[in-house]
Amino acid sequence: MSVIRGGRMTRNETSGDKRSLVANKMPRRQIAKRLWQYLGRNRALLLLALLLTLLSSSVALFGPKLSGLAIDAIGLGAGEAHIPTVLYYTGLMALCYGLSSLLGFLLSRVTLRMTRNIIYRMRKDVFDRLITLPVNFFDRYQAGEIISVVSYDIDTVNESLSTDFLQIVQSFVTVTVSLIMMLSIKPVLTLVFVVTVPLTALYTRWITGRTRPLFRKRSAKLGELNGYMEEMMGGKKTTRAYGREEEVLERFDQINGEAVDAYTTSEYYGTMIGPSVNFINNLSLALISVFGALLFLRGQVGLGDISSFVQYSRRFSGPINEVASILGELQSAFSAAERVFRLIDAKPEKPDAPNAFTLTDAQGDVKAEHVNFSYLSGVPVIRDFSMHAKPGQLIAIAGPTGAGKTTLVNLLMRFYDINEGSITLDGHDIYRLTRESLRANYTMVLQDSWLFYGSIFDNIAYARPEATREEVEQAARAAMIHSFITKLPEGYDTIIGDDGVNISKCQKQLITIARAMLSNARMLILDEATSNVDTQTELKIQAAMRQLMAGRTAFVIAHRLSTIRSADTILVVRDGNIVEQGRHEDLMAEKGFYASLYKAQFETY
Amino acid sequence: MKKIFSYLKPHRGALTYTLFVKFLASMMDLFIPFILAIILDDIVPQRKPSLIYLWGGGMALCAILSITLNIYANRMAAATSGKVTRKLRHDLFKKLGDTSMAQFDRVSLSSAVSRLTTDTYNINQFLNRTQRMGARAPILLIGGLILTSILDIRLTLVLALTLPIITLIIFFVTRYSVPLYDKQQTVLDKMVRVMQENIVGVRVIKALSKTPYEQRRFDGVNQQLSEVARKAGGVVALSNPLSSLTLNLGLTAVVLTGAYLVNAGLSRPGSIIAFMNYFTIISNAMMGITRIFIMSSKGIASARRIEEVLDLPEDQPLLLAEAEDSPWHIEFDHVSFSYNGVEDNLTDISFRLKQGQTLGIIGATGSGKTTLTNLLLRLYDPSSGRVLLNGRDLRSIPREELSAQVGVAFQSDFMMAATIRENIAYFRDIAESDLMDAIKSAQAEDFIMATKDALNHQVESRGNNLSGGQKQRLLIARALANKPSLLILDDASSALDYRTDAGLRRALSHHHSGTTSVIIAQRVSSIKGADLILVLDDGKVIGQGNHEHLMAACPPYREIADIQMSAFDGMNGEENGVSA
Repeated sequence: MSVIRGGRMTRNETSGDKRSLVANKMPRRQIAKRLWQYLGRNRALLLLALLLTLLSSSVALFGPKLSGLAIDAIGLGAGEAHIPTVLYYTGLMALCYGLSSLLGFLLSRVTLRMTRNIIYRMRKDVFDRLITLPVNFFDRYQAGEIISVVSYDIDTVNESLSTDFLQIVQSFVTVTVSLIMMLSIKPVLTLVFVVTVPLTALYTRWITGRTRPLFRKRSAKLGELNGYMEEMMGGKKTTRAYGREEEVLERFDQINGEAVDAYTTSEYYGTMIGPSVNFINNLSLALISVFGALLFLRGQVGLGDISSFVQYSRRFSGPINEVASILGELQSAFSAAERVFRLIDAKPEKPDAPNAFTLTDAQGDVKAEHVNFSYLSGVPVIRDFSMHAKPGQLIAIAGPTGAGKTTLVNLLMRFYDINEGSITLDGHDIYRLTRESLRANYTMVLQDSWLFYGSIFDNIAYARPEATREEVEQAARAAMIHSFITKLPEGYDTIIGDDGVNISKCQKQLITIARAMLSNARMLILDEATSNVDTQTELKIQAAMRQLMAGRTAFVIAHRLSTIRSADTILVVRDGNIVEQGRHEDLMAEKGFYASLYKAQFETY
Repeated sequence: MKKIFSYLKPHRGALTYTLFVKFLASMMDLFIPFILAIILDDIVPQRKPSLIYLWGGGMALCAILSITLNIYANRMAAATSGKVTRKLRHDLFKKLGDTSMAQFDRVSLSSAVSRLTTDTYNINQFLNRTQRMGARAPILLIGGLILTSILDIRLTLVLALTLPIITLIIFFVTRYSVPLYDKQQTVLDKMVRVMQENIVGVRVIKALSKTPYEQRRFDGVNQQLSEVARKAGGVVALSNPLSSLTLNLGLTAVVLTGAYLVNAGLSRPGSIIAFMNYFTIISNAMMGITRIFIMSSKGIASARRIEEVLDLPEDQPLLLAEAEDSPWHIEFDHVSFSYNGVEDNLTDISFRLKQGQTLGIIGATGSGKTTLTNLLLRLYDPSSGRVLLNGRDLRSIPREELSAQVGVAFQSDFMMAATIRENIAYFRDIAESDLMDAIKSAQAEDFIMATKDALNHQVESRGNNLSGGQKQRLLIARALANKPSLLILDDASSALDYRTDAGLRRALSHHHSGTTSVIIAQRVSSIKGADLILVLDDGKVIGQGNHEHLMAACPPYREIADIQMSAFDGMNGEENGVSA
């Protein structure tokens, strides 16, 4: 958790390539309105909470008044007390406090229920949207940032939404009732607050104005420190190999010094708030004591009145300070809410065409005609590209690293949409098929094997949960991973992701190959599927791969040129563009880019 | 905790002073209700307004002194804890930097990072708060009880009765809620994992149309989390109403008891009013003390985790060994090694290399290739046998001397958020011309110059804004920048296309001919020209010699070479055709 939270503060957030979720500001009012919608869904709970707040704080506020009345009944000296009256008022006091606590407890329960409902709903909304977002969203934003919205921001919003909202109501009730009570006891004495309230307000403004930039600087510096520490710990082996510990430490000392200074300075001002609130309380007390005593001399107030007054005054100035800090919290809640809504507002994949139909069991005849495509408008990546893959053919995509070989896969599976031209599957325009059915006709193995926390069986059967044990084992056997799995203590039920289960990169990849084997789809995409597999193992699974390709139209991306030499068509990609296209022999005869790439691998120095 | 106390020692003076100031400030707070009682009970009956003003002025003075002293003490506390944290974090970072890789592996990377970050923050906060509240709360509690006893010992007993009840309430609530919060954290981790899997696997999930399934999966943890959080919150929701109820009932009892006492002439009404004030002060102090307890358990846990690292013993001492006269630059002499001390990761490895020669290492994943280079760099020491450099046992060579001679690019090595130049120089003094030479040899010149700021181009953390091939080229440039006499490339060119890889090899043989190179590769073509090739399998050498020798004598090697280079004949003509 802490790592993720910390990650929010690291430099990554401000990096250029991955955009931050807060691009341009959302108007305050709009955020408030949408937050209100979430609250509104729990209208009954909200009303109940409001009612309980009102009741519990007003009931509690009768306490000081009653205690004052009791003290008045005690009188000033021995034998003056009217014990039955004292008993009566203290009895009422106990009743009031008991009732108030009960109401307070109910209030916490109601608030809790409401908050959990809202958090649940918000998380659901975010995730349900997230999962419909186009692939390019995930290419743009960092996983850590998205996760921190769900795990951290939503909590922040709701902490604030429920507690702060009710706190404000409570403060309002407390201030109003206290003021009424004090006015009812002795209006003149309330003049004391003419001094202390403006003092409080001015002071709070000054201190928040002062501390906010300090706290901002503090979290920036801590973020920088976190980033550096995390980074250099990760690079320990390199540092040690070059013997650079001292220099790394020197730089650390500098960043650490700045972070500690920023922290301490913000603490200087941050820790002023406590004593200051205390001071204003004490000052009110002193003023009330003096003026109360003077009025008492003139016989205008009783001792009980002074007692009640003192207690009300403590309650009166408290909320005023609280509201100030709540306003600060609300501010951070609003920016958290903004991030949440921005995620919910992200544009999902375009809906399927209205008359889109489902194509099952495609034969695997893929045709691209005059396709133009660009990730960023104005920067064409694919220009006037045409290709025809007949069922069962092998199409290889070759080119140097980083040349954009994955782009074609993105287009075929509609992770991205083309700008011009057409792509057809079995003669049907792929834009007239439902996305789901289009994609269901493909099976794929990607460079980074993706496995989730769950049993090996579930991971292999992911695409076909109805697959039998036998089918899964057969797929694993074909992927040359069956014997490894059976050697694990839990066999197919071994949970991937648990500590202690040692599965190498290569074995993980074989599991994803087994997953692909299990699929009935007629088209196959292999995106650098064997780049994590060492040569000996690759040798072993070559038969498996051939079996996987058999009868399927296969699109294979590989940098090991020997594996794609036998392709029916080789598409040569350079700097994002398809520069050459043809069979191996033709391309070699052309003596172009492909030929030079191909020759390079046999060069010795 | 002991070690942390030793960090406080140099600040003994400042700490005592802070406590003293805190003590004075808290006394000021305690005087105020006392003066209130005096005014009401003693001054008012004298009917002299001037005396009321005087005592009122005394109250105001106490208030002013209290705020001034408190702020002053808080600042000192912040400054002291800042200094301690800075030193502690420095020592921790240094220790983690100096520990051997073997020790570091045992600590683990993620735990090292969390000790540096979370734990040192906890300590800072802990020191800060204990100085502030830790001193104030007991003073207020004890001082409050003493002053109320002076006012009226009987009423004090009524007051004191509520304290153990509140303590019990807080104790039980904490006891029941902590495990629930732990559970909440576990479920939250689970939810984060589901999110992570979905983000990383978005292409697969979409391709397999598993969206509804994943939605249900997330909904499951989401609901579970809601449930746990509601339970944990429900327990905590009890604590506030219960403690305030206890307190207020105590207050009511004070008024009632007071009534009887005043009536019997044993007490005075002003005292009851003062009591009500002390009541608030004391109960706040109680809450403060419990908060400190909760906080200190966190602080102590963090302190323990930091001490664990600081107490790690010195590892890999320098061995005293005579240098032997040796014609070999590098020599492995019956070296065996094991990471966990149970099963060998390398078994009985022996080979020798002259200055300027090239060693190629090939073998399956997990066969011990990287382990071999780790020993060569003395990141780990062999469990038996010796590694020699120019006839000297590696363990007898000072670390700085060794690291000055080597250049290394590890498999998926580390890039930091800094400029390209800083990433290549990596905290070393590298002359500009050497830097440029290294970049050219590493085939990195073209892409670096194509970036906007060339050498000053900002690389993101972990090199996120670079492609795999670009990263590898920068790492190779880093390895070459100090003109090493020993160069180690651990699978450092796997992401390069064949053409760039060939260019690199050409540059190495032309410009770094005096350098002894150790090259680990997946491709036979990368090591084919090496003077010596080791074929590793499961930590053992199963073939040793040059390419021609191995082709003839080592069947596994020949097999690898055959597959990878099978297309070689295809180069010459199309007559061989293509078997589909």
